[in-house]
Amino acid sequence: MLLGCWFIVMTNLVALLAPWVLKHAIDDLKTEINNAVLLKYASLIVAVALVEGAFRFLMRKTMIGVSRHIEYDLRNDFFAHLQKMSQSFYREFKTGDLMARATNDLEAVRQVTGPAIMYSVNTLFSMVYFGVMIYIDAKLALLALLPFPLMALIVNRLAQRLNKAHREIQTQFAAITSKVQENLSGIRVVKAYVQDQGELRQFQKLNNQFIDLNLSMTKTRGLMMASMALLVGLGDVIVLWFGGGKVIAETLTLGELVAFFAYLGMLTWPMIALGWVINLFQQGAASMARLDLIFDLEPEINDGKNTDLSLENIRGDIEFKAVSFSYAENQVLKDINLTIKHGTTLALVGPTGSGKSTLINLIPRLLETQEGEVLLDGRPIAEIPLAVLRSSIGYVPQETFLFSDTIHANIKFGVESASLEQVEDAAEVSQVRADIHDFHKGFETMLGERGINLSGGQKQRTAIARAVISNPKILLLDDSLSAVDTYTEEAILKRLRDIMRERTSIIVSHRISTVKDADQIVFLEDGQIRESGTHHELLRKGGLYARLYEQQLLEEALESFDMTEEVEP
Amino acid sequence: MSHNVHEEDVLGKAYDGRLMRRLLAYMRPYKFYVSLAILVLLLSSFAQLAGPYLTKLGIDNFIAQGNAGGLRTICVLYLLILMVDAIFQFCETYLVNWIGQKAMFDMRSQIFAHIQSLPIPYFDRNPVGRLVTRVTTDVSSLHQMLSSGAVAIFGDIFKLVGIVGVLLFLNWKLALVTFSVLPLLFYATFLFKRLVREIYRVIRLRIARINTFLQENVSGMSVVQLFRREATNFNKFDRLNAEHRDSYLQTILYYAMFFPVVRLISSLAVALIVWYGGGRVIQGALTFGGLVAFIQYADMFFRPIMDLSEKYNLMQSAMASSERIFKIMDEKSEPWAVNRLHPRPNCRGEIEFRNVWFAYKNDDFVLEDISFHVRPGEKVAFVGATGAGKTSLLSLLLRYYDTSRGEIFLDGVNIQEINPRDLRRYFGMVMQDIFIFDGSVARNIRLEDSEITDEQVRNAARDVHAEHFIEKLPQQYEHAVLERGKGLSVGQRQLLSFARALAHDPPILILDEATSSVDTETELLIQDALQRLMQNRTSLVVAHRLSTVQNSDRIIVLHKGRIREIGSHHELLARRGLYHQLYQLQYAQQERQQAMV
Repeated sequence: MLLGCWFIVMTNLVALLAPWVLKHAIDDLKTEINNAVLLKYASLIVAVALVEGAFRFLMRKTMIGVSRHIEYDLRNDFFAHLQKMSQSFYREFKTGDLMARATNDLEAVRQVTGPAIMYSVNTLFSMVYFGVMIYIDAKLALLALLPFPLMALIVNRLAQRLNKAHREIQTQFAAITSKVQENLSGIRVVKAYVQDQGELRQFQKLNNQFIDLNLSMTKTRGLMMASMALLVGLGDVIVLWFGGGKVIAETLTLGELVAFFAYLGMLTWPMIALGWVINLFQQGAASMARLDLIFDLEPEINDGKNTDLSLENIRGDIEFKAVSFSYAENQVLKDINLTIKHGTTLALVGPTGSGKSTLINLIPRLLETQEGEVLLDGRPIAEIPLAVLRSSIGYVPQETFLFSDTIHANIKFGVESASLEQVEDAAEVSQVRADIHDFHKGFETMLGERGINLSGGQKQRTAIARAVISNPKILLLDDSLSAVDTYTEEAILKRLRDIMRERTSIIVSHRISTVKDADQIVFLEDGQIRESGTHHELLRKGGLYARLYEQQLLEEALESFDMTEEVEP
Repeated sequence: MSHNVHEEDVLGKAYDGRLMRRLLAYMRPYKFYVSLAILVLLLSSFAQLAGPYLTKLGIDNFIAQGNAGGLRTICVLYLLILMVDAIFQFCETYLVNWIGQKAMFDMRSQIFAHIQSLPIPYFDRNPVGRLVTRVTTDVSSLHQMLSSGAVAIFGDIFKLVGIVGVLLFLNWKLALVTFSVLPLLFYATFLFKRLVREIYRVIRLRIARINTFLQENVSGMSVVQLFRREATNFNKFDRLNAEHRDSYLQTILYYAMFFPVVRLISSLAVALIVWYGGGRVIQGALTFGGLVAFIQYADMFFRPIMDLSEKYNLMQSAMASSERIFKIMDEKSEPWAVNRLHPRPNCRGEIEFRNVWFAYKNDDFVLEDISFHVRPGEKVAFVGATGAGKTSLLSLLLRYYDTSRGEIFLDGVNIQEINPRDLRRYFGMVMQDIFIFDGSVARNIRLEDSEITDEQVRNAARDVHAEHFIEKLPQQYEHAVLERGKGLSVGQRQLLSFARALAHDPPILILDEATSSVDTETELLIQDALQRLMQNRTSLVVAHRLSTVQNSDRIIVLHKGRIREIGSHHELLARRGLYHQLYQLQYAQQERQQAMV
């Protein structure tokens, strides 16, 4: 940065020389001169330009280069910070919002660290031109500079207005986009009600507003450019008028007048830049504030002073002691007491929104308990290092999230050292191996935007493979078999039972078939435990669980009825 | 990370005569303004050229002669020209943009209208997002070309020619000496532009990768954290980030080199002028003023050359956009056949399907040999398992698709002979996915049909029991519905779509009942509203409700694209066939629930 400033100083000092040479050349022309002297002047001009060019090159390279390095660091920091934030943070800040900060705001900040600083330092040092002009003729210099403050002011003011107009235009453009989107998504309705003319009118109305906004911005821009041209020219006229007068009065040489023109020209850009730079600083400050808002948020879930860092292994006994949890005003879990011995299976059933996922999320500390305690192997969960805790858990979330990468990379997501054999084994457990081998590129098939889309069931099974490959002590399945047919589900559960013999599992499901073999079944409703026991105990009880069971039996019967149906008319 | 073609904007030619001619057609209505803009541009270019020449006159004729009065006159003249030029520049900017905006408005409207007129199968093939881009982004890039490209190119060329002319006029020998640096300037500029264009393409690719990665990781952050992938993912991100930075450092290098090089070249020109021109001054062949003017003009060369190379980019992307736009414009609209049907009030609502076959693709028939006849005012329910062909059958009636074989008749007229727009006016349609438009509740009922009065809107809403919830909304009928009806419950949306159908009072109702369940109270409202909706009109209903089938005059049972049974609810139940089984499966439970209520 300092080096950059030094380059700026040097650039300006050297640039100063060029008109000076010109002045001498022209003044000498008045007197006797020969070609050899002219050649000397000519080569001097080129030499000055060469040295100046070298410094200008270094100036840009260092100053703007710095801003790209800062941008890089800032972006890395931002990402690293995001990785530390908990799920409650992601509830508050939507993806789109975070993306806007990582793109637009970051760019605005970069503009400050690079161009803005470079140009303002440059403007500062270009004042030496002014010094030389004063040295030549103080009065003329002051007169010639009259238009400059006005110039900076106009640029700054109008640039602000342009920015505002630009934002409005963007908003209007977005409105047009969503209008088209809406119309085309509902094209069947539009056609059915023969609404195309009306829709076109609406579309045109939006477009007319768009035109108005654009033209009003054009006015501002035209005004800015025209007044700039006028003010720049005004400086020239002033120099010609008064300077010319002085030359006539012989208080100024012609060479000095020419040099004056040249210095004036060199001051124009730094002055225009000044107005623009002020604007950049304003925007940059606002954007930095938006970034700082995120940076200032402390990651709430982390290892703390109570964490026992010597701990390396866990057994898998889980206990919930009077646990409650709320999102803002909304209480999701109320006074949950549960004990899950290692090696046993707990099943959670209950209607949507009864708090099943929240309960599960407390175990890997995706969410933090607000009241009560979650104990693992008899000690508060916060005492266990986060890394140990999470690497002991295999988790299959309700909404399957796979990355745009190969299937192979997706399955070994948690265990990078996993061999291809382990990946295949995991895929076998989750009954997705055969599906994957059917793909043209097998395990190297790309997923997502740039690859293929898996079916819902295939996605879930891939996510299960991803969870079991690390041989977790605790397995959490959050409604992870919903898109898998009952036959495959049975096969997966059977394989899981084999490998989970020594491990703790918690399974959330809507299907009785999934949960009926669990050691313990808990029926949640409104965040509270309504019933718990084994399948048979709960059936005997004839409560909520039993009713759910009956309903599903009926549905199954109807389904099988549907399958055998084949009637000739 | 694999390189992907579709991420990159594929750019081709910067000029294509065929496309250009079609584009220019959009300028034709504004011919007069275009000529005016070019005239103003010419004048403004001249005005800008005047400055150095006036300086020359001032120096030679007045300063050198010691004529202070004449100098003042020149200065006043200079000032006047500056002011006039400022006005010209403003007018030019405004005019060019005005033309561009108007032409784009016409073009957008035309594309939008055209896309709306395309047949439904086109929408099956082309994702909405892509079509939206045509109307919005692609047109914008054309606008850029028109407003800052096409016209400005004239301006740049004028300026270049003007400078060359003035210099030649002042002293042709010195002019030629000065021009000797021009090829260097051209070469440097175009080389620079090419390098920068290439690297910017890479940068766009890399920033897109960063953003995709970021977006994906933010969305899947819980998975990243659960599987403790923070470090690995950070390294990945770091790599993408560094690649992006390095590309930028390269552009900085180019820019840092380019600007000094340009200055060097123009210094070279000044040096040549001083050396050669200075010699001429000594010989008396050139005035001092001429020398100064030369130096100033030499400085002015650079701008238009830089701009010209910039325009190349604009033209390229505009050509690519217009290619895509015209491809859509060349798609065939729905067939607008001659209207052979009686005016609407007389539509009796008689429908006949005669041996209709239909396949979306090839020979994959979803409807096979369908024949049935619906009398005016009759209520017909279609039942069958998912995929039996019920929805396809209704789509044919509206001519969303045309039959593969066989004919459909409305009031005895083959619908092939009816203009689809006229045909659709006879139908009121309620689809399974209820489409709610952005805008007020009233607009959602009336749509764009201004003949429907506020009174009729309210009556329709009252008749289908939508009034209750509408009146509870903060601004009632003027309440703005959120995007796609967010904030309204499923049941409310259904009632709203019923009101829409009723307000348009069609002779024939087409209804694809939604399967989604609603609470009991709303369910009763919906059932009653349905009866009112079907009153006094021919109704064809894909039924999921027991009450709907029970109340229909006839039931047509479809199975795997064929009609298996036709008859009333009781007839079909008595037959103990397919309908009986479907009834057990789909409706029996509803009957039990109804019994409980």
